[in-house]
Amino acid sequence: MMADAHAAAAAHGHGHAELEIPYNVHPRPDTGLYNGKLGIWLFLASEVMLFGALFSSLILIRTSAHHWPRGWEELHVIPATINTFVLILSSVFVVLAWANLRLRNERMGRLFILATLLCGLAFMVIKFYEYNLSLSHHHYPSTSNFFAIYFTMTGLHGLHVLGGMVVFTYFLGPGWKMLHTERERFVNRIEIVGLYWHFVDLVWIFLFPTIYLL
Amino acid sequence: MAKRQLRVGKEWMYADDAEKLLREAIRVQREESRTHAHSTHDLPFIRKYVFSTDHKWIGIQYGFTALCFLLFGFFLMLLMRLQLGWPNQAFGIMKVLGEVRAPGGIMLPEAYNQLGAMHGTIMVFLAIVPLAVGAFGNYLVPLQIGAPDMAFPKLNMASYWCYAPGGILMLSSFWAPGGAPSSGWTSYPPLSVIAPTGQTMWILGMIFLITSSLLGSVNFLVTIIQLRAKGMTWMRLPFFVWAQFVTSFLLLLAFPPLEAAAVMQLMDRVAGTSFFLPSGLVVSGQVLGNAGGGNPLLWQHLFWFLAHPEVYVLILPAMGIVAEVIANNTRKPLWGYRSMVYAAVFLGFMSFVVWAHHMFMTGMGTVISAFFQTTTMIISIPSVVILTAMFLSLWGASIRFTVPMLFALAFLPMFGIGGLTGLPLGLAAADIHLHDTYYVIGHFHYVVAPGTIFAMFAGIYYWFPKITGKRMNERLGKIHFWGSLIFINGIFGPMFYQGLAGVSRRLYDGGIQYAHAKHAAMATNPFMSISAWCLFAFQLPFIINFFYSIFFGKRADENEWQATTLEWAATTSPPLGHGNFDVIPVVRRGPYEYSVPGAAADFIPQHAPDEHDTTTPAGGGIITPHAAVAKQEG
Amino acid sequence: MTETIAPPETHETHDAHHDDHDSPERIKREMRVYIYVLCALAVLTGVTVGVCYGFQLPIHYAVMVALAIAGLKGFLVAGFFMHLLSERKLVYGILLLTVVFFAVLLWGPAHDIADKFHY
Repeated sequence: MMADAHAAAAAHGHGHAELEIPYNVHPRPDTGLYNGKLGIWLFLASEVMLFGALFSSLILIRTSAHHWPRGWEELHVIPATINTFVLILSSVFVVLAWANLRLRNERMGRLFILATLLCGLAFMVIKFYEYNLSLSHHHYPSTSNFFAIYFTMTGLHGLHVLGGMVVFTYFLGPGWKMLHTERERFVNRIEIVGLYWHFVDLVWIFLFPTIYLL
Repeated sequence: MAKRQLRVGKEWMYADDAEKLLREAIRVQREESRTHAHSTHDLPFIRKYVFSTDHKWIGIQYGFTALCFLLFGFFLMLLMRLQLGWPNQAFGIMKVLGEVRAPGGIMLPEAYNQLGAMHGTIMVFLAIVPLAVGAFGNYLVPLQIGAPDMAFPKLNMASYWCYAPGGILMLSSFWAPGGAPSSGWTSYPPLSVIAPTGQTMWILGMIFLITSSLLGSVNFLVTIIQLRAKGMTWMRLPFFVWAQFVTSFLLLLAFPPLEAAAVMQLMDRVAGTSFFLPSGLVVSGQVLGNAGGGNPLLWQHLFWFLAHPEVYVLILPAMGIVAEVIANNTRKPLWGYRSMVYAAVFLGFMSFVVWAHHMFMTGMGTVISAFFQTTTMIISIPSVVILTAMFLSLWGASIRFTVPMLFALAFLPMFGIGGLTGLPLGLAAADIHLHDTYYVIGHFHYVVAPGTIFAMFAGIYYWFPKITGKRMNERLGKIHFWGSLIFINGIFGPMFYQGLAGVSRRLYDGGIQYAHAKHAAMATNPFMSISAWCLFAFQLPFIINFFYSIFFGKRADENEWQATTLEWAATTSPPLGHGNFDVIPVVRRGPYEYSVPGAAADFIPQHAPDEHDTTTPAGGGIITPHAAVAKQEG
Repeated sequence: MTETIAPPETHETHDAHHDDHDSPERIKREMRVYIYVLCALAVLTGVTVGVCYGFQLPIHYAVMVALAIAGLKGFLVAGFFMHLLSERKLVYGILLLTVVFFAVLLWGPAHDIADKFHY
């Protein structure tokens, strides 16, 4: 009896060498979610409030302004439209990457992640071009509150795109080896970054018409 | 008397023997884990103590940093109180402010504004919230729900390491050209937009702190939802965990609007935009050359959208701590645990729809003002439910007047005063008179200082044996308590009187030029200032006790207070960086099974096996000697 | 005291759930759906630009059309790409809460300022 207790204690002691967090990879039965997925949805909820506050400010400032230009009078709709397509395309790429990885189609998965990253890059390049156009017309954030909102909101959105690109770069580089050591966890990571990336796309879907078209 | 027998595993044995056996098993288990800790624990110093991912150490880091900020914020207030009590007199200690801020030891108005803004910012964002959530939450939540760590240990580390630089950035603004931010902790534009550089550092520091709290709140929520041990159902969570859960939701959803507002203020200051600047603003006799068209009230809306829930971020964890301490020291279950939980959840929800009661004086329309008055009156109900439940928990108990219990008991009336004096402020008609007077200061300081801070002290005294494995000195603790209780009321009590007499909260000379408030302000100010310094003096026993006990305190028991919750199932002062439990416990009952009729001991830990369940020792739970005793009698 | 303990987790349960989600046929079906959604999004983008910018609709109509189309596009992205249509209740709960507070945040400040302009 005493020996049993001793042995059991020893066995449990060894379990601590590598600390394992429960439900890190597999979903918890009663919530149906693994930790990372719940985490990213909570994070996105907070992002909704961040952009929500900016949209709220936009409504408030615009409705109380004496004059407010229509977006297309001051901005460049064509590059922005192209950017909309680019982001939608990248959104599809990232779900296709996830689907391919689940099908154990590694090559295609990697290709689609690369495509997503390139789309992000294209978005930033076009955005840069668009900013340059505005600035060369002497339209600065300080010019009017219209431009203030334009630069602030698209800038913050651009930072989110940039953040996503950093993560994709990590997965293509040093992060990729996890696919071979902990496959399921890696696939989950792609799902999570995908959710983030779709959200960034979602913000743009609302940002584009409210700033450029209205 | 015949010896009782009971079944352990598959064998029947005498109860005495069984108990001996269990004690031995636990001793062996502990020894094993201790030697194990030494043999495998070869994390380098920097990973173990600086960039640690262990929630317990991060909690300690948060706690220590936050306590330092608390002391610093208090010190700023002490200087302000000197100026208020004896306006424009020279004090030697003012020299710490430097010749620029206090030439000849007399504080300048600009310096007073800087201290005021920094006192508020530091206390709210760098001291209380990190202490209540970062320290207590981090250390205790995983332990109380039976988790090996937080869900995302690396994010947890990142959270602390966003908080620390954010704090340093805020502090370094004292050395910025033009000094520290001086537009109040609320940073209302347009004043804050035209303020010197320190305000930019405030904004950047704020963005760090918001990031930190975002990472923390996601982590807490996922941990509480996902990592509860087997059998830890929602209604078996200790009230403290519920409080942290609601708090995390508030931080998660209320902070981002302030982040957006901070970004806009940063743009206003750095890029010359006019989000918060109206057209034709005149500064120092000159029209500001900005585009205009902005609205300073936009900032107020976004700021208070955070800052009202923030008030509940300050108070909910405090209520959680007090609930734990009260249940433990009354040796009774909390009265109305379920109502308290529902009240806390409802409180959290409502806290998002009351913010504009801070803005009645901005000329609000009647409809919207009626809406916010109504929600404000509604939100007082759940607070009253919680407070009443805690008062009723005392009924008929044979109370243990330990130091933590004294602080918890003091919390009840103090928070009561703070809460009830808030009601007139929530009604526009009364607010018109009381707004921006010392009454407001008195109100929220009663909530936060003898309210939340006392709860924090209760928590420190209560969990000190858990965290350090040592006992704190009772006598020094009682000196600390009684001194603090008396003098904290000496500071804040007269503020109601001053406020009702109409003394503005922003007067740097204490109201010396304010003829009709002369009696209210000038007669009470020196008394309040002396109280403040006495309060400081009575913190010394605490500081001494704290450090003395860490090094020379008596060894604490495993379960120092004979508590039921799971954190006491882990070893005393659990080894850092090593998971929490030797065996992840299985939870079998609610959190406050004190004085259960018929049970031998007056407490049954949440994980102790059921009395009728004779097969449980193999079931995975840790068995404490107390449980064995309880079992033997049953 | 007498609450039921959550059913013990078994590996069979989530394995079964995984098989269901991870069957190649199912994933391939999903991939086809993604392509349809892509096409729908592209068309909707074209429509919104065409209507609001091409025809230069008056602002009131433009707001309605643009937000309706954006809402539809948002639904497609969230529903299919983020698989919200088949998500867990917990996520719905979190998002519902967020949407309520989001609505309050949009309504409060705007209503207050609109009020002030009236008086």
